[in-house]
Amino acid sequence: MDLLSLIIIFALALFIGYEVITKVPSTLHTPLMSGSNAISGIVIVGAIIIASNADGILAIILSVVAIVLATINVIGGFMVTDRMLAMFKKRRNKD
Amino acid sequence: MIEISSNIENIVYLFSASLFIIGLKRLASPNTARNGNRLASLGMLIAIVLTILKYTDNNIEWIIIGIFIGGLLGIVLSKYVQMTAIPQLVAIFNGFGGGASALVAIYEILYPRETITSIFVLGAIAFSTALGSMTLTGSSIAFGKLQGIVPTRPILFPLRNYLNFLLLILIVFFVIVMTIPNFSSLNILYILIVLSLLAGILIVIPIGGADMPVIIALLNSYSGIAGAGAGFVLNNPVLIISGSLVGASGLILTRIMTKAMNRSLANVIFGGLGSEDGSKQTTTNENKLVKSLNTEDAAMILMYAESVIFVPGYGLAVAQAQHQINELANILKNKGADIKYAIHPVAGRMPGHMNVLLAEANIPYDELKDLDEINSEFDSTDVAVVVGANDVTNPSARTDPNSPIYGMPILNVDKAKSVIVLKRSMASGFAGIENELFFLDKTSILFGDAKDSIEGITREIKNLDNI
Repeated sequence: MDLLSLIIIFALALFIGYEVITKVPSTLHTPLMSGSNAISGIVIVGAIIIASNADGILAIILSVVAIVLATINVIGGFMVTDRMLAMFKKRRNKD
Repeated sequence: MIEISSNIENIVYLFSASLFIIGLKRLASPNTARNGNRLASLGMLIAIVLTILKYTDNNIEWIIIGIFIGGLLGIVLSKYVQMTAIPQLVAIFNGFGGGASALVAIYEILYPRETITSIFVLGAIAFSTALGSMTLTGSSIAFGKLQGIVPTRPILFPLRNYLNFLLLILIVFFVIVMTIPNFSSLNILYILIVLSLLAGILIVIPIGGADMPVIIALLNSYSGIAGAGAGFVLNNPVLIISGSLVGASGLILTRIMTKAMNRSLANVIFGGLGSEDGSKQTTTNENKLVKSLNTEDAAMILMYAESVIFVPGYGLAVAQAQHQINELANILKNKGADIKYAIHPVAGRMPGHMNVLLAEANIPYDELKDLDEINSEFDSTDVAVVVGANDVTNPSARTDPNSPIYGMPILNVDKAKSVIVLKRSMASGFAGIENELFFLDKTSILFGDAKDSIEGITREIKNLDNI
């Protein structure tokens, strides 16, 4: 993609982010942070791309460390968010 | 490696990004949130599978090893972490995200596929390297403080603000130098990395434990922005979209937190509250009297209350009294009382933390009310029970322009018909100021450990019922 398209995507995503995130109630701010943290683990895509081209031991170490860090972020982030969200329950007895 | 055209690649990435956005949108209600999180993780899986299919030819074994190790660590960390420790977990995850983005950017300079001449790409590399490295060390220090490895009190070194400012200027300078094509050398990259790692440490270390919610939210945002930067480096739209979503989220939460503390971001970072300016404000309260009561008195008051608002602070979590509060609330509910919980934005150690802790104790989320929802209700409430909260209930934030917390949004606990405060001792809160609420006529204080006190009240109510 050319640079201009990428910048347009970046700007639009910021606006969407603002609109979507401001609708999240304060009750869910912690799951929001851990969940969005997992989403920022998308850099794993970048880490896989560089690892695919890595040649030489240092290059491989660098890219594998990046994969490990990003995977912790992705798997840990989504799982801990799921664990927290499972705890949010509505009141059972009506009043 | 499979032949996938870049159009198809980008459409699949767009699909992943859409799932992230829908997932975040579903976080608008606790009913749909869990499903939303799963949709987002599905989006992630699709992006990862596509990337491996399209790009991976060599080193597939290394990639699988990396995913396996990271996945294992992620599963263990997320499964066994206690809910009180969620803030440090999120902090360290932020750090890992920042670190991964920095590594991707650094790799592109060390092992370029072709000579990079675009000023913009060079700038994105330098920017991601700097921000990612700062996020890595800053988050590690935040993790250490929350975990109690690094002292939580602000560590203030002389001339720290000048030094930090100088560091930031130098970082900006080297980022600019790196954007000059064919000029930049690897040494400049190394200097930039070292300066950024150092800046992360030095900026977070003077910040006190009470300000951690702001810092975690800010680092969350940084990890996103660093990821978006890596997206510009790799010319990858899904990284840019996801990174900017997270960046926006972190910035919004940072703003909510600083507003709830009535401080600016600059004041949190350069202020060092709770150390120098806080202690000067401390006055003695020897000449003022507080009314204390015992668990039986408290039980009597609560038994006849028609409406009760619990005001939990971090002291509640420290005492691990969430389950006891739920038990007491259920007894009162069975007696026909209306129960609510008033939650200040900074009640926990990160945004929304207290809500998670109460949800863990099976307290229904529709009873948890935020500042705006609950403040109009205190007037018509019989009893407000403050458990381990202090500064966020201090009426001088509303009334006394000389108070250091003047203007901070507080819970109007003092407007309830009567107030019971559960407290360990008369020590001041983080801001180091005394709380007028404790000296009001309608306020009684029940001294002791929050967990023991609540258990005591519950026992007394059961006893009184049996008579």
